[in-house]
Amino acid sequence: MANNWAPKTKVDWFLTVLRVLALGVVTVGLLAFIAQQISVDNPFARLINPDATGLTVAQFRGLVISGLSQGAMYGLIALGYSMVYGVLGFINFAHGEVFMVGAMTGMITSNKLDDAGLWESNFIGSLLFIVVVSMLVCTLTAVIMERVAYRPLRKAPRLIPLITSIGISFFIQNTSVVLLGPTSKAYPDMPDWLTAKRTFLEIEGTKILVICVAALAMLGLWLLVERTKTGKAMRAVAEDQEIAGLMGVNVNRTIVKVFAVGGAMAGVAGILWGVLFRSVIHYTGFLPGIKAFSSAVVGGIGNLGGSMAGGLFIGLAESTGPLLILEPLGVSGVSQLRDAVAFAMLIGVLLLKPSGLFGERLSAEDRA
Amino acid sequence: MNGNPLLDIRGLTVEFGGLRALDGVDIQVHEGQIVSVIGPNGAGKTTLFNAITASVEATGEILFEGRTLLGLDANQVTSRGVARTFQNVRLFANMTVLENVMVSQHCRTKQGTFGALFYTKAFRREEAEIRARAEEILGFFGTRLIGFRLDQPAAVLSYANRRRLEIARAMATQPKLLLLDEPVAGMNPVESAELTGLIGRLREEWGFTIVVIEHDMEVVREVSDRVIVLDHGTMIADGDYHEVSSDPRVIEAYLGQGATTK
Amino acid sequence: MTTTAGLLIRRVPAAWRRVVRIGALGALGQVFISLSGMPVRLDVREIVVPILSLGYLVVLAAPLVVGVLLGRRPEHSGFLANPPSNRDLVIGATTGGLMAGGGLSILALLLAGFDLRDPLINWSPQLLEFLSFGRGTGAGFIVWLVIGAGLGMVGGTLRLATSRTQKVIMTMALTVVAAAILESLVVDLVEGVKLEALVEWMYAPRGGVTLLGAAVLAIVSGVLSFVGQGRIKTVQARVQAMEGPKRTRVNLTLIAGVGVVMILLPLLVGKLTNELLANVGLFVLLALGLNVVVGLAGILDLGYVAFFAVGSYSTAVLTAATSPRIAPELPWFVALILVIFIAILVGLFIGAPVIRMRGDYLAIVTLGFGEIIRLLFLSDWLSGWFGGSQGITAIDGVDVFGLLTVDGTNPRRVFYLVLFFCAIAIYISWRLERSRLGRAWMAVREDEPVAEAMGINTVNVKLMAFVVGAVLGSFGGAIFVAKVGSVFPTSFLILVSIIILVVVIFGGMGNIFGVIAGAVVLIGVLGGPKQPGLLVEFSEFKLLIYGALLVWMMLARPEGLIPSARRSRELHQEEFLQDAWLRGEIDTDESNDPQTAGPTQTTDSDGGP
Repeated sequence: MANNWAPKTKVDWFLTVLRVLALGVVTVGLLAFIAQQISVDNPFARLINPDATGLTVAQFRGLVISGLSQGAMYGLIALGYSMVYGVLGFINFAHGEVFMVGAMTGMITSNKLDDAGLWESNFIGSLLFIVVVSMLVCTLTAVIMERVAYRPLRKAPRLIPLITSIGISFFIQNTSVVLLGPTSKAYPDMPDWLTAKRTFLEIEGTKILVICVAALAMLGLWLLVERTKTGKAMRAVAEDQEIAGLMGVNVNRTIVKVFAVGGAMAGVAGILWGVLFRSVIHYTGFLPGIKAFSSAVVGGIGNLGGSMAGGLFIGLAESTGPLLILEPLGVSGVSQLRDAVAFAMLIGVLLLKPSGLFGERLSAEDRA
Repeated sequence: MNGNPLLDIRGLTVEFGGLRALDGVDIQVHEGQIVSVIGPNGAGKTTLFNAITASVEATGEILFEGRTLLGLDANQVTSRGVARTFQNVRLFANMTVLENVMVSQHCRTKQGTFGALFYTKAFRREEAEIRARAEEILGFFGTRLIGFRLDQPAAVLSYANRRRLEIARAMATQPKLLLLDEPVAGMNPVESAELTGLIGRLREEWGFTIVVIEHDMEVVREVSDRVIVLDHGTMIADGDYHEVSSDPRVIEAYLGQGATTK
Repeated sequence: MTTTAGLLIRRVPAAWRRVVRIGALGALGQVFISLSGMPVRLDVREIVVPILSLGYLVVLAAPLVVGVLLGRRPEHSGFLANPPSNRDLVIGATTGGLMAGGGLSILALLLAGFDLRDPLINWSPQLLEFLSFGRGTGAGFIVWLVIGAGLGMVGGTLRLATSRTQKVIMTMALTVVAAAILESLVVDLVEGVKLEALVEWMYAPRGGVTLLGAAVLAIVSGVLSFVGQGRIKTVQARVQAMEGPKRTRVNLTLIAGVGVVMILLPLLVGKLTNELLANVGLFVLLALGLNVVVGLAGILDLGYVAFFAVGSYSTAVLTAATSPRIAPELPWFVALILVIFIAILVGLFIGAPVIRMRGDYLAIVTLGFGEIIRLLFLSDWLSGWFGGSQGITAIDGVDVFGLLTVDGTNPRRVFYLVLFFCAIAIYISWRLERSRLGRAWMAVREDEPVAEAMGINTVNVKLMAFVVGAVLGSFGGAIFVAKVGSVFPTSFLILVSIIILVVVIFGGMGNIFGVIAGAVVLIGVLGGPKQPGLLVEFSEFKLLIYGALLVWMMLARPEGLIPSARRSRELHQEEFLQDAWLRGEIDTDESNDPQTAGPTQTTDSDGGP
């Protein structure tokens, strides 16, 4: 490893400079943040950003909690990317759209329930219902996608399925436009007892709900992969498709199951999006999809626990990063740069540690 | 055989996560020699080539013409004058025979974007030279790879011709040291005898120093000045064919008694 | 439960299962198309007045396609099954068509009975009216069944005709549709040469081909196709068989001919058509740039829009008086030189970190860079430099030696400017492909580690592709600014990258002609991200179609419309080897004396491609 870092060519020198710069910016930003937290009139903080205001504890807690709740959602989506990459070795770019389909399904179902009056009278039941419906629809979407587009390309060069998935992503997004319209659509209001800030640390109930649901889904997935025969088959196929096939694992069916499980997780995540932001539009899937992919890479692709951790990491980074690092550096309008921070995280991790923070788990031929 | 060796390997060690594929190997190859590397499967022969050509990371020291090769990129090693072939033939299958050999002269030529765009005199001269040299190299193998074959994609070549083209491609990088990884594997006796002759001519006519990995002892006896035997990542013998073939340790390694008597 | 169902399904003959499957897919497709709003929205565009509008064309296509599909010989795990008997074929295709038409019948009933307008926005009375031909649901129900069955039968029986007849029929149908689609272009062109009388009878006053026009076009094209079949191939073969210098002369004549047409064309057509031509040209330029990266070097760059954006913004900053921070107000051509340098720098800056990554990671990371660059141009942080969401406006056009100004008000001049840069881009791609660098790109595309082992500095070579792509992209940006006169971050969405990618892939990666054809067909007919094409009515659906097209191309024809020979070899290695084997070009070990085996093969392969 260390050998790789010793610069040999001009490009290496440039990359080393980039790495040092990236780490430097983060460090200086963090130091300036600490300085301004100690006192906004601190000369160091003033030097770097004359308009520094600092954060209150409540603001900081708010950032962390919303980062964690969004991160949990990214983590759920990331599982789909990670599982498919682990098993088939390509990026299913359209997975973000499956998530969007989930959010849309939730929007439609919840509005219908709201019309019927069930949303208010039995919120928990309704929520469960829309989660189940969304999981079903997303599972179906993912499975159809696999059958129509990816199965015929099983043996194609690796970039071909990636390009295909970009096409699918485009298609699903625009299907949503032509069927449901190009405007953004709202979820019905959440009940007051949920949205009100709880006494416990003054956190909104919705965010607690999101974190809990994500944890439950993750637990379910973990049980499935580690404790069931299906899970064993999945791991076997991920390790080596051909051998697994020879050992009597039905490879096609297992791959379908991988897509199904990934789809179901994206379905749950779609509802969580609805609960958090209460509004959905056709390009809802794009950015969370990319960020979820970044989470999968950050956590080490193919590594399920890593994906979840990567999601939390990206969520935290994008919610606190701008105020923690950029604002103290004197960058104005930092909240606009949230998405740029998420992308920068992806690039940064790939520059510093391409195998992710928790290590990749890929089949032998995919380890490059 | 006096003076500094062309290739001087000292204490070369390659580890794959705890497993030592090569363990402190010392090898010297002098200019103009043909050295065979033999050993049972998994002895670390191909790993040795990979280490020399910077395909895997290694510790120890590899000096080529007195300068270290460790820490270079694979392409830099090739520009220094080390070229190799691959055990499982890896041609650019969709490029033509001629293009395969032309593209391998990349590190010996220098015309860039400017020359190509403005179609300069220097560019045209260099293109003509590249092509002429490619045809000269291919001509070394008789009529097999020239004529109408020049413009055929490498994928349609016969197995033996692919092996020949691989050697031609390595020759095109204009190396001083040529590493041949099982050049006759999979060939029939007639072809293999012919290629054995070619290896000798590679030294005589082109002045290459050659290290060859080979399983076919017939070929090894025929071509080599020296034979090096690797087993479990260590060098167990080094000498001419007769010395090595009568060395008890070598016989043990091949017959597999070592494990019990140790 | 499932097992009994499975058994029941299995007892149905395979041929019927296929009919039902394809028919059901056709029905689903029909319903999807209807609910997407295409029929109603496209109904205003006439194809043949008064019997066929584009709206009906898109729904009628489905049963026809179902019929054609059912007419093909079924394939079972790579083997072609025996063709069905004529009776079975007709029955099967008719049933399939019936099912596809039935999808619309049922949809019509549902439309009449239920209200699903929320959430399906196209669940509308207009759709019902469209589906029932304005004559009540019952009529619509029956009519669609009849039409579906009829078209299914027609599609299926098409197979019974000889391939020559099939081609003639296809040509006739395509000619009529093409004449309708190209209407504005054709009318504009004949007006330019003052020959309106030639086409007046052909087109209806409110658009669309008249019945008479359709009949004449069909007959003429049918006869031409019947007579001309095989001729084109013969000519092609003859040119290919020519000796080097002679062939070069033919090629040069062709290129010169196309060049003259390109120079004359804008003079003959009006402003709107010139605008269209300029848009197409701009995308040809961008697609050629991306082709260097994707097609030649094999790097999947999804953030190509970044270079387009950088080119646009740097031109804007350097030339516009309204640029917020620095406004040197350089002349466009002087600015262009600086823009090239900036593009090279940005190409290196984006390229260096990603170049060693795996191909698929690289794709996503470049996508990220494309988005970061847009977000930076949009941000308040840099708005002092680039105007943020307000962009930079009121940018002067290109001043050509004080003689004339090229700007958006005169699309003809813009087209000439685009044409000039397209020529440069074509020249660059053509020269580089046949150079040392081009060969190195090929090698990198085929097997990167081996290319590295053969002494190619893969990092530098790939960076070079990035830089060349960046420069061509920045040309596109500079022209875009001159044409539009303003830049906004919204012009540089990821969507632009994807559309350019679709153009490159649709046309044929790695083939200059393919890429140009791809841009002409797609951008010309469907339109670019914001630019309308000939089928203006399609603008709502073009992105949907681009997506579907990308998937379909990857599944059916990844080498593109006009493939590069080498690319299709890469993508279809096994088929290629089989063909070569059938032609006797495969080199076998059977003979150790190539001199004796050589001659027969020599003659064979010299005639080949």
